[in-house]
Amino acid sequence: MSKAAELANLIGNINAGGGGVNRNLIINGAMNVAERGTSATGLGGSDGYFTCDRWATFFNSSGRLTSTQDSSAPSGFAKSLKLACTTADTSVASGEYFFLSQRIEGQKVQAFAKGTSDAKPFAVSFYVKGNASATYVAELFDSDNSRQISKTFTVGTDWARVELSFPADTTGAFNYDNGRSLDLTIWLHAGSDYTSGTLNSSAWASSTNANRAVGGSSFFDSTDRTFFLTGVQLEVGQNPTDFEHINSFGEELAMCKRYYQKLTDSYAQHGQICNGHMANSTQFQGVIRFVPQMRAAPSLSHTTTSSNNSSSAYYVATGGANDYVDALAFYNSNQVTTLLYSTSGSSATEGEGANLAVQSTITEFAAVSEL
Amino acid sequence: MFKNCTAKYNQFISGINDSVIITYPADENGMSKTLCVPMDEENTHYAEILKQVQEGTLTIQDAD
Repeated sequence: MSKAAELANLIGNINAGGGGVNRNLIINGAMNVAERGTSATGLGGSDGYFTCDRWATFFNSSGRLTSTQDSSAPSGFAKSLKLACTTADTSVASGEYFFLSQRIEGQKVQAFAKGTSDAKPFAVSFYVKGNASATYVAELFDSDNSRQISKTFTVGTDWARVELSFPADTTGAFNYDNGRSLDLTIWLHAGSDYTSGTLNSSAWASSTNANRAVGGSSFFDSTDRTFFLTGVQLEVGQNPTDFEHINSFGEELAMCKRYYQKLTDSYAQHGQICNGHMANSTQFQGVIRFVPQMRAAPSLSHTTTSSNNSSSAYYVATGGANDYVDALAFYNSNQVTTLLYSTSGSSATEGEGANLAVQSTITEFAAVSEL
Repeated sequence: MFKNCTAKYNQFISGINDSVIITYPADENGMSKTLCVPMDEENTHYAEILKQVQEGTLTIQDAD
């Protein structure tokens, strides 16, 4: 984009109520943060967040894929999210789907003034490439009011920037809360339940499944298929502007931690989790403070074993001895703190100071408060 | 979301359910992914548990 065009777009968006700094409502749009890991294989059996933070995948298909935080990226970016089909699904049943989404809190999207006479348009932009040409569907979905709008875009073998402008919606306000309000979704595979109508592309409307993903290719049509995505931006205004890079990796990471926080930096033996004490001879207790505050009371997602011996997942170090722990739980979990305690295992002296650490290599120990 | 998982109430204070433990199937090394989910409807795991219980696709066992 030329400087003149960029300036014109920014001015246009400022006039429309957007623009300026912090205009990108997408978190981790440059795919720089991957707290869960940089690669996950065999995906497709269950929904979830697997590699790049804040990007969820939803499946109902026999197709399978690998998700990677990849180093292929367009100029000005270092990372992308790569999806690679590993099991094809060429017999597409009516209810099948596979899509990638970022779900956004209601309190973050109030500037769109959706549902009012002052409603503002939505500008979406991102960079994509694939193994071959394909057409996919980008959708904005208002989950507070079950309204949506979709537009198709094309992918080629070279990195290309996609710019999509969606109109304002004077119907259905976003709730001002910490719940899910707006989804930016990329449909990569859909059965006739989502494709048999007419793509709803010109104005927001009450969601009709048949009109949501019309005209898209299937990512699962071949094991050669790949899809790369980075530089995702959603902003108020009618004109997509250049991607707004976050000043520092730490700032981007902090935004991601509102939804997912690793509670130890090492999942290998001796990775330290928490200080605490033995509340009785068998129960370790420690307090964890979430920094930054999480979106809502989080779940504890962690690796457990059933061994209760030196092959246990965790150990509690007390008085020079290690006691083994297999499972842990949160009590009184809230946005700021939680009590972490062992639900099985250890035998120690009541009142002793203790620290909890990883014994056998685990795959996860994290607080989760995703949308 | 919780296909092939087991669900069980958990009690820190005896007699009071305060969370739900979701256990995924173990891998070949006997290790499982486990979620301890607070009974708070703003938590999307708990919202999904309630949905699946209502749909009859998930049953929560009593706490030990």
